[in-house]
Amino acid sequence: MSAAPHDALIEMLATGLRPVRRLSPPALRALVWLGLVALIAIALAAVADLDRLERRLAAAPDLWLAVLGSTLTTVGAALAAFEMSMPDRKPTWAMLPLPPLLLWIGASGLGCLRGSMVPGTHIAPLHEASDCLLFILGVSVPLGGALFLLLRRGFVLRPGLTAAIGGLAVAAAAATLLNFFHPFEVAATDLALHAVAITLIIGVSRLAVGRALPR
Amino acid sequence: MAQAQRPMSAADRRRGALMAAAQAGDAAAYRMLLRECVGLVHTLARQKGVTRGRIDDVVQETLLSVHRAMQTYDPQRSFTAWLNAIGERRAIDALRSDNRRWGRELHAPLAYASYPDTTIPELPMQKAQAGGRLRLAIGRLPAAQREAVERLMIEEKSLSEAAALTGRRVGALKVNLHRALKTLRTALQGE
Repeated sequence: MSAAPHDALIEMLATGLRPVRRLSPPALRALVWLGLVALIAIALAAVADLDRLERRLAAAPDLWLAVLGSTLTTVGAALAAFEMSMPDRKPTWAMLPLPPLLLWIGASGLGCLRGSMVPGTHIAPLHEASDCLLFILGVSVPLGGALFLLLRRGFVLRPGLTAAIGGLAVAAAAATLLNFFHPFEVAATDLALHAVAITLIIGVSRLAVGRALPR
Repeated sequence: MAQAQRPMSAADRRRGALMAAAQAGDAAAYRMLLRECVGLVHTLARQKGVTRGRIDDVVQETLLSVHRAMQTYDPQRSFTAWLNAIGERRAIDALRSDNRRWGRELHAPLAYASYPDTTIPELPMQKAQAGGRLRLAIGRLPAAQREAVERLMIEEKSLSEAAALTGRRVGALKVNLHRALKTLRTALQGE
């Protein structure tokens, strides 16, 4: 196959060539973003009532499982999104956050079904539960912005899927950070609002962010 | 997920080295690599079932994508696998766009105007007259529309090639061509 019909394009690309800085490995870029999440966690821990959080977690082991599930979902989804921002990585990376996601959903569901209440907590009425929604959405904005900026340096062949997995990382991180300010029992309404917030973030990421990623 | 890296062939290592040099700004290495990519992508597109008329578009789109994605290539990994992943995606894009177009163009009145029935005993003189009227009408088009017609219809450049030559976006070229064809149709029908 002769390259002659494409000579003009090849010449234009070669003439306009500038040295490029090779992208850092995806795991390293994921660590940078997770570092930002950790910094926000430290800042929130400084103003949160940690004793109350400790009492709450000690009284209900399934809460630990839910926190562990959302934390691992954050890590897995972030790593998967950065891997998928490299053209030669398989789309099966998208499966990485699924096991911790199942743990997170399962443990949160168990919290609703648990008969005994955690001492010192109450069931949140809808207006208090809606604060959770606002917290998750509010924290997602800077986290999502930073993730988008880091992903933009890659070259995404499956923008919708990559953005949705990135959105899952952002939503899981925001839901994990919410635990610092979540003194009430996880009830069905509360859980439903969390699910709404997370679905919204993933949906917006898939539709809006996916279109803006270089492909 | 994480896949075991197969040992790279000598050709693959050479291509990887050329890309590493291109990343450092070596235009000669880049030119050589892109020329080699043409054949590889051409074969890939054919294997994926891209129609003959669209293969060059897939090659060009892939070359442009390679240029934009250059920073993501890791010389420790296979260049050919990296190129194939991009080429495959561009081939799928072409197949999808063809499917959408065929769906839309089942009824395409413009096609009758563009490809007249040559079995009708048209006189050569009539054809020459029609050609003259067309040239005149093209000459009266606004500059951007005339440029789109000249590059895409007369010089038969692909969209990406025309975009590279004119510095306009592919979308803008499509819009200009569409408007130009509409203007030409009206102008020629009116005569």
